[in-house]
Amino acid sequence: MGHPEAAEKFIANDERMHWHDKALWFVREKRDLAAHGIPEWEELRRVAKQIKTHVMSKLDVYLEEFEENAKEKGIHVHWAKDAKEHNEIVLKLLLNRGAKKLVKSKSMLTEECHLNPYLEENGIDVVDTDLGERIVQLREEAPSHIVLPAIHLKKEDVGTTFEHFLKTEKGNSDPTYLTRSARVHLRKKFLNADASLTGVNFGIAETGGIVVCTNEGNADLGASLAKLHIASMGIEKIIPKIKDLAVFTRLLSRSATGQPITSYTSHFHAPVEGGEMHIIIVDNGRSKILGSQDFKQSLNCIRCGACLNTCPIYRRSGGHSYGYTIPGPIGSTLGPSKDLSANKTLPFACTLCASCSNVCPIKIDLHHQLYKYRQHVVNAGLLATKKHTILKVAAWVMKHPSLLDFGGKIARKIVPIMPRSILYSSANIWGKKRELPKFPKNSFKELYKQHKEGKK
Amino acid sequence: MSSKETILNSIRENTITSTIKLPETNIPHISYENKNEKYAAALASVGGNAVWLEDGDINAFVAEHYKDTEVIASTCKEFTNETIDANKPNTPHALENVDLAVIKAQFAVAENGAVWVKNPENRHRALYFLAKQLLIIVDKNAIVDTMHEAYEQIEFNKSGYGLFISGPSKTADIEQSLVIGAHGPTDACILFV
Ligand code: SF4
Repeated sequence: MGHPEAAEKFIANDERMHWHDKALWFVREKRDLAAHGIPEWEELRRVAKQIKTHVMSKLDVYLEEFEENAKEKGIHVHWAKDAKEHNEIVLKLLLNRGAKKLVKSKSMLTEECHLNPYLEENGIDVVDTDLGERIVQLREEAPSHIVLPAIHLKKEDVGTTFEHFLKTEKGNSDPTYLTRSARVHLRKKFLNADASLTGVNFGIAETGGIVVCTNEGNADLGASLAKLHIASMGIEKIIPKIKDLAVFTRLLSRSATGQPITSYTSHFHAPVEGGEMHIIIVDNGRSKILGSQDFKQSLNCIRCGACLNTCPIYRRSGGHSYGYTIPGPIGSTLGPSKDLSANKTLPFACTLCASCSNVCPIKIDLHHQLYKYRQHVVNAGLLATKKHTILKVAAWVMKHPSLLDFGGKIARKIVPIMPRSILYSSANIWGKKRELPKFPKNSFKELYKQHKEGKK
Repeated sequence: MSSKETILNSIRENTITSTIKLPETNIPHISYENKNEKYAAALASVGGNAVWLEDGDINAFVAEHYKDTEVIASTCKEFTNETIDANKPNTPHALENVDLAVIKAQFAVAENGAVWVKNPENRHRALYFLAKQLLIIVDKNAIVDTMHEAYEQIEFNKSGYGLFISGPSKTADIEQSLVIGAHGPTDACILFV
């Protein structure tokens, strides 16, 4: 199923669609407020982009520096070229230590690798501990947002889910009550876990340590209780120096949720007493993107989610409609980079309004990338025939001005007197949710001509 | 070829970005006329509260403000009324029932209400997250404006663990309603002495 079909399901519930739209716009507005509170905001974005560009010019050097420094601090480093290898490393680490119970904090990378089902098949009890992720895990859904995994759900949905799995009171959907219930439920999981797995927000080459940002404290709680801490990190998460974090921490949470900083910004540079810390560096298609002039900037992403919150398509179609691990504008370029054919509808889930590029803290050229990927889709012959034909006809007509004028004239005469049943027949996909504007008597060209002549 | 080599080779083959200099990250930044006021406001916005203690008597402050608190642990030598020694147990799990942790932070950041906490002498990191309430002690002269100055003071030449804490743990994962107290402390007070 492509994006249009999946989105159609989402928008079938009009009320919920508008609710979703508003909820995300609210987050976008909070971001604006936070950003406007920092006079040097634009300078921060500029510097962040420079740091990332610098890193991408010598990523191999920084990754090796990172490994060396991490090892010096007693941290084990593994390299995984793809999802399969990553998952196998995790499983082996767990099995070798007899670990059966794993608590996880948020990691889009492990979603991308489909780690959970793999571990479960191999007898590991996996618990996502971020509240939003736990909710979607219990519902056997994927996160619909990279920062707000359960943003597609209403509190009543969460209430019913918890009623079923956590035996909470029937009909009680008070967020505080539900959060407290989850806290009690997950506290037990934390205390009984054999191992923890976290994502990585930043890997610091200079020090060999990693930084994880959370609001709930779940990454830290997991990693500080269990003896084994595994951190999964994409190759692009590297930053050169610890001081660079000033720039990124100032940008990240303000862009994400409008908070000045996350509750916890934790710098892990050692295992817990008597424990082990392992970092898995994962490629899984990333290095290939480095070599693409048009798309390499997508690797600079710090996963703040701002481009999702601002996107008029994301807000109205929901994260699940993208069918890719990462939804929204950034996912619509990363998806095709991974597999063009499977994600061929994503670059079209875009109005080219450029709002994403404008809010992106790293100034990634997102809308340009989506525009370019459309051309890749067409060149690869992957565009749906109907769309392709319509575009071809349109291009041909537009190349012939007199034909366009003639067509316009006819349309202005006929359309206003056509019965609705024909005008809004199933052939008119555009008109499904839209009303045609009132047709004017004259075309712009005619008006312009009249105006010019009148002036003379 | 090992996976490490495969990855590094692939990176080398694909790198088309020409090297640009690493920019200066300590850019000119906002400074606050009244840092204390800004700090208190920033912290309040994330659900914490800041208190300036005139007489420096932390014991008295705790006795007054945390009356019904039973299990108190501390990593701060200026506070002497702890009821348990958090460094004593061999596993952090033993700290599960800590009601209040009094911990030391090195400095505070005005722009975001955070404090930097790195206490190598604290044995169990879990203390910061298992405790129901946190009382964080900071030198009243140790407030910086922004994260730029903050990171000037941070290094990890040796192994270790350190973090910025900004208010209590929280979540807004259910319909964007902010709930204070997710997995970690449900209350965080910053005490400047
Ligand atoms: S592309 Fe930019 S705005 Fe979107 S998630 Fe990444 S960093 Fe944030």
